[in-house]
Amino acid sequence: MGLSGQKVTLRYTIAAEDFISAGEASSHVKKTLNKLGISHELVKRFTIAMYEAEINTVIHANGGEAYVEITPEKLMVRISDNGPGISDIEKAMMEGWSTAPEHISEMGFGAGMGLPNMKRYADELAVESEVGVGTVVTITVYLS
Amino acid sequence: MKVKTLVEELGMTLITGDGEKEITGIYACDLLSWVISHAKTGDLWVTVMNNVNIVAVASLAEVACIVLAEGVTVDEQVVNKASENGVTLLGSSMPTAEIIVKTSKLI
Repeated sequence: MGLSGQKVTLRYTIAAEDFISAGEASSHVKKTLNKLGISHELVKRFTIAMYEAEINTVIHANGGEAYVEITPEKLMVRISDNGPGISDIEKAMMEGWSTAPEHISEMGFGAGMGLPNMKRYADELAVESEVGVGTVVTITVYLS
Repeated sequence: MKVKTLVEELGMTLITGDGEKEITGIYACDLLSWVISHAKTGDLWVTVMNNVNIVAVASLAEVACIVLAEGVTVDEQVVNKASENGVTLLGSSMPTAEIIVKTSKLI
């Protein structure tokens, strides 16, 4: 298996409040990228950023969908949800700012690191959100 | 140092894994987003967090193993998920600080 000019796409459904299978999409993407022989460091960065987006969808947004596109140039994942939306994206990008409820914090989440971690590990991060409509997060890591 | 050597030296319990992974550093924290962004590949990760999400975090952060400190136990679901994902789980009755101090003298 290898990337010889073609495009690989993957799609996942992320279930709401399902902390048992949370992270399975990211883990599957990681296995796929490793099989494709993509640089270990880039795979780690991409899948950590994707995991944060996946967990956010589980915690805040009643679940959603992930669409992954792998090309010889880049790794891209778009995670979309029909959740409550983010009213203040600038605030949400600040480390330590969280709206996670207490039962989520007790599981070790809700540190206010989700979006900051995505930004840290992605080459490009786009967050589009509308209150009452949902959020679309696009994470890109370039391969060259 | 190999995980199995640490297990023998410090009297830990090997819950999952064959103990062959190499430990190259130490990290301790219970906030999962903190761990996933700061733990390094090959770290021994000490925590008292025992829910199933520690498995995905350990796998994506590529730590050598998770050490459950203070005698914290995990349920079957965590054990199964760790086995499926090739994540090494250890148990210890020692507190976090003691695990770190003793491990740092060995690696």
